[in-house]
Amino acid sequence: MSAVLEVTDIKKSFGGITAVDGVSFDVREGEILGLIGPNGCGKSTLFNCILGQLTPSGGEVKLDGKVVTGLRPSELNKLGVSRTFQLLQVFPKLSVRENLILAGQEHQGNMASRLVGRSDAGLTDTANQMIGFFKLDHLAAEPAGGLSYGQQKLLDAAMAFMGGPRLVLLDEPAGGVNPTMLSDLKERLVAINREKNATFVVIEHNMEFVMSLCSRVMVMAEGKVLAMGRPDEVRKNPAVIDAYLGH
Amino acid sequence: MSGFAKPLKIALGLIVIAGLIVVPMNFNRYGLFILSQWAVMTIAAMGLNLTLGYAGQVSLAQGAFVGIGAYASAIMTTHGWPLPVAIVVAIVLAFAVGRVLGYPALRVQHHYLAFVTLAFSTLAFLVFRNESWLTGGIYGISNIPRPHFFGIATNKPLPFYYVCLGSLAIVSIAVWWLIRSPWGRAFMALRENPLRAQSLGIDTRRYTLMAFALGSALGGVAGALYAPLTQYIDPVPFNLSLSLDLLMMVIVGGAGFYFGPFLGAMIAVLLPEWLRFTEGYYLMLYAIAVMALLIWSPTGILGILDRYLAERRTRAASALRAVAKSWLETAQ
Repeated sequence: MSAVLEVTDIKKSFGGITAVDGVSFDVREGEILGLIGPNGCGKSTLFNCILGQLTPSGGEVKLDGKVVTGLRPSELNKLGVSRTFQLLQVFPKLSVRENLILAGQEHQGNMASRLVGRSDAGLTDTANQMIGFFKLDHLAAEPAGGLSYGQQKLLDAAMAFMGGPRLVLLDEPAGGVNPTMLSDLKERLVAINREKNATFVVIEHNMEFVMSLCSRVMVMAEGKVLAMGRPDEVRKNPAVIDAYLGH
Repeated sequence: MSGFAKPLKIALGLIVIAGLIVVPMNFNRYGLFILSQWAVMTIAAMGLNLTLGYAGQVSLAQGAFVGIGAYASAIMTTHGWPLPVAIVVAIVLAFAVGRVLGYPALRVQHHYLAFVTLAFSTLAFLVFRNESWLTGGIYGISNIPRPHFFGIATNKPLPFYYVCLGSLAIVSIAVWWLIRSPWGRAFMALRENPLRAQSLGIDTRRYTLMAFALGSALGGVAGALYAPLTQYIDPVPFNLSLSLDLLMMVIVGGAGFYFGPFLGAMIAVLLPEWLRFTEGYYLMLYAIAVMALLIWSPTGILGILDRYLAERRTRAASALRAVAKSWLETAQ
């Protein structure tokens, strides 16, 4: 399996604080990599550096062997990298279907065709399939702001898949989602991973969710990689237990 | 405006359009001038509504773009060019300058952006006033001709009113198309959540520049019609207070609502006329009316309607849920 994403020695400091301190790892095609660590260990900052939302102070990000460090988030998205955010980021006034069309429209045609072409950019069918896949059928025409938190979380995840991405970075997809909906979400993610061969990196605090979903888990502490391996290996690693439980 | 039945909406629209065509036939010269002014200012306000209401980019320079359009049109038509050509030139010019003015918006937002556009507004005014070789300076440009269309002269107030109304119709259709297109959705995403928009592949830089360029281009259209409407222009009408008036039209009507500029321009152009019988007090009453409205509904007049419709939908939905719940309980 080749590496989709290679991250080499990424550093990011804010003033005197080093949030990410020389992190290197790679993500293999088709895998689901978990990213765990105590609050403030630099997971989200690492995501933001990889995705162009922050400019890293040092290091390199490669996508399919090509250097993409410093590209804008929209450019990376066009190259097939998608994400969700820790906090909900749906467009509350748009309907569920409109949210999904918005999430996919920039992958259709060009600026001119998006102006003179169809209002839905030809995405209504794709959006409806996604709605069915995430079991949001009865809510398709509702404004997203009127959905429950868990439903919005599903929509948020569904939006990340509208552009047909190869690599998706999910920042705490399980946060605040009830257990029934959580197993639904997990099932959906696994299905997309298998059927579309999409690669995932998942930040999550819910250990059960991470350990059952991911093929490999990377543990961060104080801006550095503490451990990397299969879930059962990581769970037994004394350094990891130490970082989580303290002295 | 959702929530009304579609046939009702269409019927209402047709009545308004028919009214705008038929009723002014009996108007005097002054009434037609005011109504033409409403049509022209609506076009400019629709442009600002694109930039500010839909794309969320503050601009205090829309009046300057009306000025750019007006001078382009005045200079060209007094040199023998037909008005449609002058309108195209005004659009291109305002579009290009508007796009350049969009660049600061890539770096600064909100109040800071307001100040950048305010400075531009002052700059444009100084150019209109000081570059007298081109603009006639403080003496302005007079004897601006009105066009002939298919052999029909539009010198008289009524035919020229139809020119303004026809232009408003074309602009309205174009803007309706734009806001329903993926561009409209991208503008809205830019306003609501630029960070998320970027992560969905939306090139926020390009859309920001286009929001400024398109909004300004409509300001240019309005100006290109304003010049032959008044047949005389000088720098004064295009100073900062026009930009502020246009901003008020957008806010009072309801920023980000399609029909907001129509209502806002109606209030800004017609209300002072209706209040004229109060003589010296009309500006004060007008100011108080605007303040009262914005305190009651910060989202403008259409915001009131929108809230009412949203509440009605919520009530309908909870009624449905109640029915479903009682049905489930009986079924058990």
